[in-house]
Amino acid sequence: MKNRVVVTGLGVCAPNGVGLEAFEQTLQSNTSGITFHSELKNLNFSCQVGGKPNIEDINLNKYFTNVQLKGLNASGLFYGVMAGLDAWKDANLKCDGADAPNWDTGIVFGTGILGVDKFREAIYKVDEGQVRRLGSTAVIQTMASGISAYLGGLIGAGNQVTTNSSACTTGTEAILMGFERIQSRKATRMLVGSCSDSGPYVWGGFDAMRILPRKFNENPSAASRPMSATASGFVPGSGAGALVLESLESALERGATIYAEILGGHLNSGGQRLGGSMTAPNNTAVKRCIQEALQNAGIDTHAVQAINGHLTATAKDPVEIKNWSEALQRTGKDFPKINSFKSHFGHCLAAAGSIECVGTVLQLKNQKLYGSLNCLDVHPEILKTIDETCIPMQSMDFESKIIAKASFGFGDVNACIIFSRYSA
Amino acid sequence: MDEKEKYEKLKHIVKIYLPDDVSIGDVNLNSNFTTELNINSANLVDIVLDVEDEFDIRLENEDMDGMQTVKDALAIIDKKQNEKA
Repeated sequence: MKNRVVVTGLGVCAPNGVGLEAFEQTLQSNTSGITFHSELKNLNFSCQVGGKPNIEDINLNKYFTNVQLKGLNASGLFYGVMAGLDAWKDANLKCDGADAPNWDTGIVFGTGILGVDKFREAIYKVDEGQVRRLGSTAVIQTMASGISAYLGGLIGAGNQVTTNSSACTTGTEAILMGFERIQSRKATRMLVGSCSDSGPYVWGGFDAMRILPRKFNENPSAASRPMSATASGFVPGSGAGALVLESLESALERGATIYAEILGGHLNSGGQRLGGSMTAPNNTAVKRCIQEALQNAGIDTHAVQAINGHLTATAKDPVEIKNWSEALQRTGKDFPKINSFKSHFGHCLAAAGSIECVGTVLQLKNQKLYGSLNCLDVHPEILKTIDETCIPMQSMDFESKIIAKASFGFGDVNACIIFSRYSA
Repeated sequence: MDEKEKYEKLKHIVKIYLPDDVSIGDVNLNSNFTTELNINSANLVDIVLDVEDEFDIRLENEDMDGMQTVKDALAIIDKKQNEKA
């Protein structure tokens, strides 16, 4: 028999709040975490706003030893370790120095690219003929799996420890991979999530594609406008989100706080066919992903009460809404509530899915919906599909049992998870 | 720079690489970096770079191989500084 899988810990390091409490509070108060970055201006970026977690006042010794901190120049590693360890502690689990690893605990912690700033440092040294002066950590800070490797050592994980990578689907995919591993009884507990580096070297490629907003450099908090008629591109973000998943049996046995249950989900790809491409989704695949997720979760389309969309604030948002509508066969006022946390903290790329899943789980736990910012002027194409009241502009109380979350990524890849309030 | 000063400077470098259960008070001239002070062997590379910066010398790969104890390190620093002088 398959294990039921529940969420027992959350951790987050996001542009709008570092730590669960700050994150929850800014979501509730509809506060934007998008800021102007003079560094981007100086480098002639068209888009000079971004989402970057503020970790300046954090005592990093809570997470790293002094040896680890020496020469550490990988922002994604900072964010990922902070979110991961916070989730672990939030689940009331220990990082003791036990001699043996925990064979039933594993990690799937994804990223798009890790340690970009460290890699830049290394490239300069290598080009100057100074390879001998790279130091001992150039590899572990820049290998993609550096993040799962760091976390694995900290919590003593002895099951599968890996890093997945599927562009902006990464975070949601990591959660589903951990879910499936517990469901199939190959592990009891999985620390899952994802992280994404900050800064010009990660964001530059997107600026070059002209898909970031250029007209909000003086008004950063208005820049990220999912579902708005005046949306003009996604605001680049960064950070990390983490969840502790475990079998229901294990959670009950140790009396853990259960935030939510994962009923099921689905991962697929549009194969860059039927209108899909490297950068655009195949709508057939998106709808199929949503429908397969519902089927996997064993729920009816009408059971979905709210959706946390991918909704990045590009011209494609109306297409995403249409896909949800067709997949669920629901339109107008019959459509579920839908919001996008990217309005608060931008598009955190590989970290987007995990940070947004943390927010989605908080909505279930608190029985709230957090407001979608900057879409008072809802895109007219969206209003042809759904009623305006489906979009909460402000945070509101909301009794819900089931919320669907999806993420889509470059390479035409899709992920959809069905979260439920836990009930025995 | 006298010998004592060199020793203190070296200890200051080594300190940051010590695991939590080893204190700077445990370090003496005969301490072996990896087997006694339990310093991760990967970090010996970093100690060498710090020594190069602190004493303004350059250590070759062979020098590193011979640097097992605190005393070895001090001897190598002396040798390199004398070569320079």
